[in-house]
Amino acid sequence: MSKIKLTTVAFKGTAEQEAQLREVLKEIKASEHPSVMTALQRAQSIYGYLPVEVQSIIADTMGVSLEEVFGVATFYSQFTLNPQGAYAFGVCLGTACYVKGSGEIVAKLEECLNLKDGETSSDGRFSIASTRCVGCCGLAPVMTVNKEVYGKLTVKDIPDIVAKYQQM
Amino acid sequence: MYRTHILVCGGTGCHSNNSGKIREAFEQQIKEKNLQDDVLVVGTGCFGLCAVGPIIIIYPEGAFYSCITVDDVPEIIEEHIIKGRLVERLLYHEKALGNKVVKALSDTNFYKKQTRVALRNCGVINPEKIDEYIARDGYQALIKCLTELDPQQVIDIIKSSGLRGRGGAGFPTGVKWQFAKNQNNDTKYVCCNADEGDPGAFMDRSVLEGDPHAVLEAMTIAGYAIGSHQGYIYVRAEYPIAVERLKIAIAQSREYGLLGDNILGTGFKFDIELKLGSGAFVCGEETALMTSIEGHRGEPRPRPPFPAVKGLFGKPTILNNVETYANVAQIIMKGADWFASMGTEKSKGTKVFALGGKIVNTGLVEIPMGTTLREIIEDIGGGIPNGKKFKAAQTGGPSGGCIPAEHLDIPIDYDNLISIGSMMGSGGMIVMDEDNCMVDIAKFFLEFTVDESCGKCTPCRIGNRRLLEYLDKITSGHATMQDLDDMEQLCYYIKSNSLCGLGQTAPNPVLSTLRYFRNEYEAHILEHRCPAHVCKKLVQYKITDNCKGCSACARKCPVNAISGEIKKKFEIDLNKCIKCGQCIQTCRFNAIVKE
Repeated sequence: MSKIKLTTVAFKGTAEQEAQLREVLKEIKASEHPSVMTALQRAQSIYGYLPVEVQSIIADTMGVSLEEVFGVATFYSQFTLNPQGAYAFGVCLGTACYVKGSGEIVAKLEECLNLKDGETSSDGRFSIASTRCVGCCGLAPVMTVNKEVYGKLTVKDIPDIVAKYQQM
Repeated sequence: MYRTHILVCGGTGCHSNNSGKIREAFEQQIKEKNLQDDVLVVGTGCFGLCAVGPIIIIYPEGAFYSCITVDDVPEIIEEHIIKGRLVERLLYHEKALGNKVVKALSDTNFYKKQTRVALRNCGVINPEKIDEYIARDGYQALIKCLTELDPQQVIDIIKSSGLRGRGGAGFPTGVKWQFAKNQNNDTKYVCCNADEGDPGAFMDRSVLEGDPHAVLEAMTIAGYAIGSHQGYIYVRAEYPIAVERLKIAIAQSREYGLLGDNILGTGFKFDIELKLGSGAFVCGEETALMTSIEGHRGEPRPRPPFPAVKGLFGKPTILNNVETYANVAQIIMKGADWFASMGTEKSKGTKVFALGGKIVNTGLVEIPMGTTLREIIEDIGGGIPNGKKFKAAQTGGPSGGCIPAEHLDIPIDYDNLISIGSMMGSGGMIVMDEDNCMVDIAKFFLEFTVDESCGKCTPCRIGNRRLLEYLDKITSGHATMQDLDDMEQLCYYIKSNSLCGLGQTAPNPVLSTLRYFRNEYEAHILEHRCPAHVCKKLVQYKITDNCKGCSACARKCPVNAISGEIKKKFEIDLNKCIKCGQCIQTCRFNAIVKE
């Protein structure tokens, strides 16, 4: 599994989010087979990421150790312990994209955004994550920015796309 | 009755290319022209030819339009729908026929050699409407099982059809079901592996997006056969469209009494729940998948006990892959003999492959077992683009291997692929040309497995990391021939000592490239040269005599490694050059080359 990076961004969860989380956890705990993974999936959809504060609530409510919750949260690549940028850049590193040069796309993106793969900018606006196959191999190489998909990319396209989001 | 049907592909490939907006534009403009009673717009599953998406097909003509944009919609409505004239410029053109326009989808080389069993409804029905599935004989097989056959007869049909698991290893499906049936336990589970993790594979996603009811029907049949009342589909969270369509399909099946407490009034009880994965490749391994459904870290468990004896929540469980299930209902309906008539001696039926990489027709193909790789790549796939030479086809994802040109004529089946050092896997097929470095590809897959190793057993966790270090050393030109031998030894050690399938197959990409492309490894080690000019540390940039001395590259170079006099040939200072490639992109005269 990839290296674990703990966030340095302060936790800004609201009371409403916490109430929502506790409601969800109650529901999960009452099910036939309560699952920590399901709890984390729901929590991440509420908070956008899984800070230790949220993991503690899950551990306490589900009656398992924080260590176990942390273990599950760091095992799966969909879970993130860091807040994503407002514009989250994802570059597909599946095989079809890779053989068509998506490695170079990541490098160019890192250069344009002055960020490393897996990082979020300090102002919280941008983040880069290389992703597993997103499955539209016909468009390879593929990059996503939030829900927008950019396909059949070349390295030359990257600066313009980045500039578009920097001006937003 | 509608006089015209406009089918708009809603698979992920076309969807990410705006097919959703194209569909909306059609619907809106048809309404504006007051044609909504004559023309129906249908969102379908994947047509397969993702390379030319977004695709639309208009029936009854069967006109196949490719690379459509929202701006093309008014012209199609005006010309085709209203005036009945084909829009020639948007029809799919087949390059092999000298750009002769091919009208219908079934006339293209891409489809001619295919046999669609698992994909029979993909691109044909609207996957969000159960009635369309039923109209194509959907749920007939379930009715037949519940009313005419006893569970043992169902299993016997599956056994004699010769159906083998489509997830990779190829275990006989009927035998698996028999093991679970023989267990005496009130609680058993039927699981579906829809955690398609092989990079570059999207067969299962296309079935789920295009024909979700086929999977639900087959799981219910399996439940009846083994005596289970609960099914779980473990689906990748990265497949939002598939998840959404499965949710719709499950709700519709429940509403029609095809899932629930008393299915079709027969008293048989079965329901299906979706479980979302969270992105871990190892969860494609059956015991890891079950641990993950239970909500834990998806680590594999030692076998025995096998899942058929002690699986999910400690109960007897069968796990089959999406494509395996997609065959079941048709085997029941058309008979075991029909299925067994397709394929080779030990591999029956068809197989879906996701064709990608350096190939003209990227997309989804379904071929009878025994078709040769050459037919897939040259006839169906349309060959390699840009006049490049074929180097290898990679099958089986990170567990498989690279097949070189000399084996292009081998008939594809489970056993043949293993004999040439690859494997069927779930069906990803990535084509590579002369510009791909095979050592780099092996390294790419190893990076993937190292990242995805769950860490439970040492041979996989540490062994594969050591393997990756050897590959790093080779691609940076520091390795010796002794390293190559040691690396090969380590491969065999990891294969024989790892706990689960992930570790046992992780060295395959290295072993198969070593087997067929040892000369490339040796070039890296002995000559410090990457023949395909991919491995950055071994590549040198050079300015050729094409240089016009315009200085564009020198101005672009971030480390000022390029210098020269205007209108004379420039030079690169190799000690300064960081091989970023900016100069090549900048040069308008193709005067900079990699060596």
